[in-house]
Amino acid sequence: MQSGFISSPHSARINRVDWVMLQVCLALVPGTAALVWFFGWGVLINMALATVFAVAAEAAVVKLRGRPVLPAIRDYSAVVTALLFALTVPPTIPWWLTLLGIVFAIVIVKQLYGGLGYNPFNPAMAGYVFLLISYPVAMTSWLPPHVPELLQAHDLSTLSFLDSVRLIFTGALPPEHTWDAITAATPLDEMRTRLDQGMTIDQIRAASPLWGVFGGRGWEWVASGFLLGGLYMIWKRVITWHIPAAFLGGLLLTAGAFWVLEPSTHPFPAFHLFSGAAILGAFFIATDPVTACTTRRGQLVYGLLIGALVFVIRTWGGYPDAVAFSVLLMNIAAPTIDHYTQPRVFGQRKRV
Amino acid sequence: MLFPVLNPHRQRLWHFHGGVHLPDEKTLSNGAPSVAAPLPKRLTVPLQQHIGAPADPCVAVGDHVRKGQMLAKPQGYVSAPVHAPSSGTVVAIEHRRVPHPSGLSAPCVVIETDGEDAWAELPAPLPDFEQRDPSELRERIRQSGIVGMGGASFPSSVKLNPGPDQPIATLVINGAECEPYITCDDLLMRERAADIVDGIRVMLHILGTKRCLVGIEDNKPEAIVAMRQAARQGDPAGRISVVEIPTLYPSGGEKQLIKILTGKEVPSHGIPAQIGIVCQNVGTACAVADAVLRGRPLVERLVTVTGRAVAEPRNYRVRIGTSAAELIAASGGFVGEPEKLVVGGPMMGFSVDTDALPITKAANCLLALTAAESPDPGEPQACIRCGRCAEVCPANLLPQQLYWHARSKDLDKVQDYNLFDCIECGCCAHVCPSHIPLVQYYRYAKTESWAREREKRAAEHARERHAAREARLERLERERKAKLRKKKEPVAAAGGADAKQAAIKAARERAAQKRTAPDGASAHSATPAAAKGNGADKTATAGASAVGSPSAEPRRPGGHAASSSPAEQAAASNPPPTPPQQEGPRASAGNA
Repeated sequence: MQSGFISSPHSARINRVDWVMLQVCLALVPGTAALVWFFGWGVLINMALATVFAVAAEAAVVKLRGRPVLPAIRDYSAVVTALLFALTVPPTIPWWLTLLGIVFAIVIVKQLYGGLGYNPFNPAMAGYVFLLISYPVAMTSWLPPHVPELLQAHDLSTLSFLDSVRLIFTGALPPEHTWDAITAATPLDEMRTRLDQGMTIDQIRAASPLWGVFGGRGWEWVASGFLLGGLYMIWKRVITWHIPAAFLGGLLLTAGAFWVLEPSTHPFPAFHLFSGAAILGAFFIATDPVTACTTRRGQLVYGLLIGALVFVIRTWGGYPDAVAFSVLLMNIAAPTIDHYTQPRVFGQRKRV
Repeated sequence: MLFPVLNPHRQRLWHFHGGVHLPDEKTLSNGAPSVAAPLPKRLTVPLQQHIGAPADPCVAVGDHVRKGQMLAKPQGYVSAPVHAPSSGTVVAIEHRRVPHPSGLSAPCVVIETDGEDAWAELPAPLPDFEQRDPSELRERIRQSGIVGMGGASFPSSVKLNPGPDQPIATLVINGAECEPYITCDDLLMRERAADIVDGIRVMLHILGTKRCLVGIEDNKPEAIVAMRQAARQGDPAGRISVVEIPTLYPSGGEKQLIKILTGKEVPSHGIPAQIGIVCQNVGTACAVADAVLRGRPLVERLVTVTGRAVAEPRNYRVRIGTSAAELIAASGGFVGEPEKLVVGGPMMGFSVDTDALPITKAANCLLALTAAESPDPGEPQACIRCGRCAEVCPANLLPQQLYWHARSKDLDKVQDYNLFDCIECGCCAHVCPSHIPLVQYYRYAKTESWAREREKRAAEHARERHAAREARLERLERERKAKLRKKKEPVAAAGGADAKQAAIKAARERAAQKRTAPDGASAHSATPAAAKGNGADKTATAGASAVGSPSAEPRRPGGHAASSSPAEQAAASNPPPTPPQQEGPRASAGNA
């Protein structure tokens, strides 16, 4: 018999942090598969690199902080950060950019604030934004999706596995290729540029085979993959529906309102949903429990505001996509939102 | 679940926030009927088995007692007597280990049984209880030592006396038994449903209430059937509805059950009577029937002995004071070394490090868990703020925020987040992915808050006493001065010339006396009138300084230093109306 001073409950615990994190990794599979299918091996190479860097950085800094290393690594939180980071950066960035971004995310944003559970900002998004601001060109050089008509139309070519390895580790392009020949604007970027040129939505959509049903071709499959993973996480109760629903709702509402008013200069709202990192952000990034709101009503407010901010920055801001900025902005607002959205306690008349 | 039309008992139910579905593990112990536990050689009966003042022993070592004889009388209103669970000899009244989370010892009466189990002369049964005054029945319940049998052990007579201003519309009977493993209420309802219904009728009469809702979780179908039948037969007036409620932990919590059955919420920091409800456990109802209809005090209860670390889990009718070890032996002993022995259920019970503990009125379950049933949750990891705890909290609190503030010992903040609405059900800790012992943090914060409150009260008390003392000293000095002024007044009023003449005359007389007397010292002492005249102020000063001098103060560092704080000075300037007058300065300082 153990000594008599163990607090209740004595039941077996039904949940574990590492289990939660592994479920997140598992949920990333369909979206990742789509991303690799359409954008090549660079995605996987980046994911592997980022994971190695993140675990190493986590181990090193936890050791420096004089904490037990193994438990910190075994919770797999660093792995999730690394995967999310690698899924948002272009598959062409050199290895040292990944290293820089991951070290910033893990060491500065996560561990220097106290490690898992204490960081006010989403580490993956902070790392991404750090690189985006510091290295804007490298961070916006996306590959074209692997769609034959599109590649032919723009005379583009894709990278083989070896090409990707060489590009990432040495920065060398394949012979006879230029950056222009292998990179293409993302749908969000294309939409912005064309709208700035004064074209209408119909003209833009007619001008290129880039466009699919909702967003860009290829991109919408990626988004669908992440949507599937997100629904899996809701099913497994890793996340609740509140933040994703509010995020996508906020985005749809704002985009829809402007689309109704000016359909010629605002794309159909579903375009926003299936472009960029909206779905990934709604299910995997904004739901990071550490940095999001914790009250139910607060989560709805938090998600709605992120969604609205994404639309605002995409439409009028300086960057084509805005999930990272919006999430970071709302991260810092989360404690305040939590404070004002406490639930009504059992037996109390009014909400406090 | 039957389709509503086919189910005549269907009644609207409400939900409480959160809760968890747990593997109920009830089949381990509810397969066989309850059996009487063997009569032990020794019974250790704790004097405090209830919330409130401990009972005062009314037997002495060496006395022979009979079953049902009172061993200790209640002290005060919120208290309960204890009775001899069997006949025998009192061999000791001393401190023994009792089932308590901290492994405390407490005063117990130890009886060596004589094996006859002979009843004492019992009070007369009251089958005509419906013609009797509620206060008489309450007194019977009180004298029978009945306390809440669901685990809280609050004296039932107090709960059944909500007062004339508090009409009770509904009596809620708790047969939910939502904790996993425990089946004693289940068995009680199956085996003694008629007695429970009798107890309910007594309580309805005491409360003057026309409606009773019996809430039973739907994982106890036999109990529901038995109770429904008993209710139909025992109470043809149809005041008692047996309501099947969904199995969801902690629906057997008093506040949660009331919400489920009535949709009403017991106010935060309040009691059910405030919303016209009294809630009693089925075991209590049964004990009430025994007391009122049979005159029997509470000397035994049903106890579930279960868990996979005992050979034959089952329910026992146990005399209070029986050692847990004997029950486990009756169940075939432990299977291997149990990981934990828990008194109560797995969610809210407390683990103990020995089975040499007596069964008390509140002990509903002895749970011997294997390592597989209660694995070590391991080192707690960092909170990832996932919010699962808030999702399952039946009080709709924010357990995570409570945890952060309890951890940083911020007792004000933790109360802002309604710490004291926490019922310690353990749902939050059960679902926490980081395996943080959340309930332990809340218990710690509660205990600290209580301690702080006590300290605050003590400090307040000391401050008031200090202020009173200061005020009294001031007043005494004022009075003394006033007295002296009064004596001085006639001298001053006599006027300049006369006074001078008198003074000169007095001085001459003194001089004459000095000359006649050989000893100067004695002459000095013999001039009382003159001394009064010019020494008035001096005396007053001396008096004041004597009062305020360090020698008159107790050697207590806190006493004087405290007076320097602004709050205390403010309080001192506003003295209480009746400071003690007769004490001398030294005596009062000693008390302060």
